[in-house]
Amino acid sequence: MKDDMGDTITLKIDGREVTARPGMTVLEAAREAGIEIPALCHHRKTRPYGACRICSVEAEKNGKTKIVASCGYPAEPGLVVRTRSPRIDRIRRAIIELVAPQANTDGDLGGDLKKLADEYGADIHRFEARLQAKSHRCTLCGLCVRYCDEVVGAHAIGFVGRGIDRRVVFFPEKASKVCANCLGCFKICPTGKIGAESDGTYFGFTVDDFLAGRL
Amino acid sequence: MPTRLSSPEQLESLRKDILSRRDSKRPIITVCAGTGCQTYGAGDVYQDIVQEVKKQGLETKLEVKATGCHGFCEKGVVVVILPEEICYVKVTAADVPELVGAAAKKILVERLLYVDPTTGQRIAREPDIPFYRNQTRIVFGHNKRIDPKNIEDYIALGGYAALGKALSQMSPEQVLAEVKKADLRGRGGGGFPAGKKWEETRNAPGDIKYVIVNCDEGDPGAYMDRSLTEGNPHAVLEGLLIGAYAIGAREGFIYVRQEYPLACENLNVAIKQAQEYGFLGDNILGSGFGFTVKVHRGAGAFVSGESSALMSAIEGKVGEPRMKYVHTAVSGIKDRPSNLNNVETWATVPLIIDKGADWFRSIGTAGSKGTKIFSLVGKVNNTGLVEIPMGMTLREIIYGIGGGIIKGKRFKGVQTGGPSGGILPEQCLDAPVDFDELAKLGSMMGSGGMVVMDEETCMVDVARYFVNFLCEESCGKCIPCREGLRVLRQILTDICEGRGKPEDIGVIREIAEVMADASLCALGTTAANPVLTTLRYFGNEYEAHIKDKRCPARSCKSLTSYYIDPQKCSACLICRRNCPTGAVNGDKGIVHWIDQEKCSKCGVCFEVCPDRFSAVVRISGEPVPPPPAPGTKVVRKHEG
Repeated sequence: MKDDMGDTITLKIDGREVTARPGMTVLEAAREAGIEIPALCHHRKTRPYGACRICSVEAEKNGKTKIVASCGYPAEPGLVVRTRSPRIDRIRRAIIELVAPQANTDGDLGGDLKKLADEYGADIHRFEARLQAKSHRCTLCGLCVRYCDEVVGAHAIGFVGRGIDRRVVFFPEKASKVCANCLGCFKICPTGKIGAESDGTYFGFTVDDFLAGRL
Repeated sequence: MPTRLSSPEQLESLRKDILSRRDSKRPIITVCAGTGCQTYGAGDVYQDIVQEVKKQGLETKLEVKATGCHGFCEKGVVVVILPEEICYVKVTAADVPELVGAAAKKILVERLLYVDPTTGQRIAREPDIPFYRNQTRIVFGHNKRIDPKNIEDYIALGGYAALGKALSQMSPEQVLAEVKKADLRGRGGGGFPAGKKWEETRNAPGDIKYVIVNCDEGDPGAYMDRSLTEGNPHAVLEGLLIGAYAIGAREGFIYVRQEYPLACENLNVAIKQAQEYGFLGDNILGSGFGFTVKVHRGAGAFVSGESSALMSAIEGKVGEPRMKYVHTAVSGIKDRPSNLNNVETWATVPLIIDKGADWFRSIGTAGSKGTKIFSLVGKVNNTGLVEIPMGMTLREIIYGIGGGIIKGKRFKGVQTGGPSGGILPEQCLDAPVDFDELAKLGSMMGSGGMVVMDEETCMVDVARYFVNFLCEESCGKCIPCREGLRVLRQILTDICEGRGKPEDIGVIREIAEVMADASLCALGTTAANPVLTTLRYFGNEYEAHIKDKRCPARSCKSLTSYYIDPQKCSACLICRRNCPTGAVNGDKGIVHWIDQEKCSKCGVCFEVCPDRFSAVVRISGEPVPPPPAPGTKVVRKHEG
């Protein structure tokens, strides 16, 4: 690895010595070294966000171990990272079980989330009956919002609401002008919600729907 | 317009000049104009007093002043006559003519004095009232002597002298060392050492640094920061200025929550006056140090009190927390070093500089120095704002200052630390209030909310209340917090409504653990605390709800029925008249009974049944006895 940004950083991930460049996160350092850490809200084109918490790892520094989100935690010299442990597995399993009732499509999960559910032995129906909630087919990972803001610069899609009422919506006055030529969020959406509910000219979940109480 | 002061000496001569213009013997009628008293009509009372003084031709004999919050909000409108500190409580506009006349003649209006509920004695002087007598009001005490819109009141009491001292006699390093030595811990909740935080910002690379006041107070029942900001805004400004000098910041922000318009108003007046007098702007008091500050009004989100969310909001973005693996002290507003402290922390700083770290350290416990202001609310006789030395026990606060539980009921729990804190039971009442002791018990100091609950409060329902609060007030960004709260709320609702299952307790603990481990910010990592502490101290209530379908406090509607004891009913018709669903049967002379099918369990019958009968009872966990035979007549014991 060429070092053109100053000193390299050496840290230990899952028992392996890993080299990183200053400014890299633990997740980036791990992936560059071929160590996989799962993440739902991370994308190389957008800034670290830290919402899904699936990328949580154990980070040990000065003898103290903390649970951190590897997508945002800076790679530091001497850091000891464990990407799998009973505690980490428990966190990932619980996160999948908790988000499944909101994220499923017709009662099942797709893509990465499905693979993770299998890998971590998550019961994706665990809280379904209890919550009696309609699925929004969305983990609120914010990839669409951040891609539109940070990469496209169009700000046509965003979050509204707070807490358990948080939703992703299109802003029709902007979306109607820019979206048909872009559709970047269609591709980036991990649950396929945007593509399934919009055809590029029509947006199935707009801020108007939210304000009218339809979302 | 006053000329800008250019040295601490000029400030001191101004102070002497202000005092010489004032007649220390002339009575001043002060009216508490805090938000609490204003809701009781303090604005009208104040205007009426001003008019009445004119009408009686007493302008030269009496001065009238609207001051900051005195703290005894239970008894508003509070009027105190200085210099004797005669305290009148629950004053209304109708009392004004008599009150003004008496003040001029220096006699008492007996009927407006505070009556001690235990001794029945009237108490004339404010400091003698037990509510105040047992407090140590070093930070909050000036409120009652100051018109918050008049900087000269603050200066007359020695205001800005600490700033003058810091700027003229101390280097920034010395100021920082003094605050570190004082062991001042952040009053916003976490108790992080303020000096350490200041130092981190001071040492962080970058020329532009910010200091910020957190006035986004939002814990249910808490309002000490509001009252301090409204009542003594210059103390907050002076602390901020001293901190800015120590840290090397030239710009500051005061983040005030949306719902505090009076705090914004008083702060803006204070900032304007401070600029005019030379405490803000360039070359403050001739020191070469310059500082400006802006009030940033929040948009109504609890989560914006979290440091990174607050700083995003100041940047004009959505007030949502972000990852803080690099501290905001190093990379905050616009990625620049930014030091955030709460209102009370800043307001304490001038005292430390003025009187010294050793003096400050002489108050409090080994790990928690100084005093703490609490808003003592809930089922306690004397609600209001109380300032106590760290280490005072919960019992001394609730009984000694708060006057015990309303209607002599039994104490059940006290909630500290807001939605991040916990509920402590009777066996914890003798615990000293300090950062570490409260944390050991599973709660936390928090910003100062202290909600007292009596035997009629259901602890499962309280846990549900806080979880519900956070379901709405979390930002909703990260999964563990958002979805954990959603499931917790559902489980707690199920338990309160009789659908709880034995395995629910295990599920609650599992979710709470993941939330604590993996949430993005402290709102999420602590969100399950009210549930965990109630499980720890009131586990039997959860069990009763789940196993016996019984609410021991007889407060959960689904598990409680209302029943009229036929032996006690006097057929007074009051409950029948007040029942909104027509569920009460019976007539004059005929024992009343409740049709359980029609009853909506609103509890009105229970509330209105006269105490001397107490015939309406609440039943939980056991079957409701059948109604009396139709036409059962009342047995009147005292008739004859």
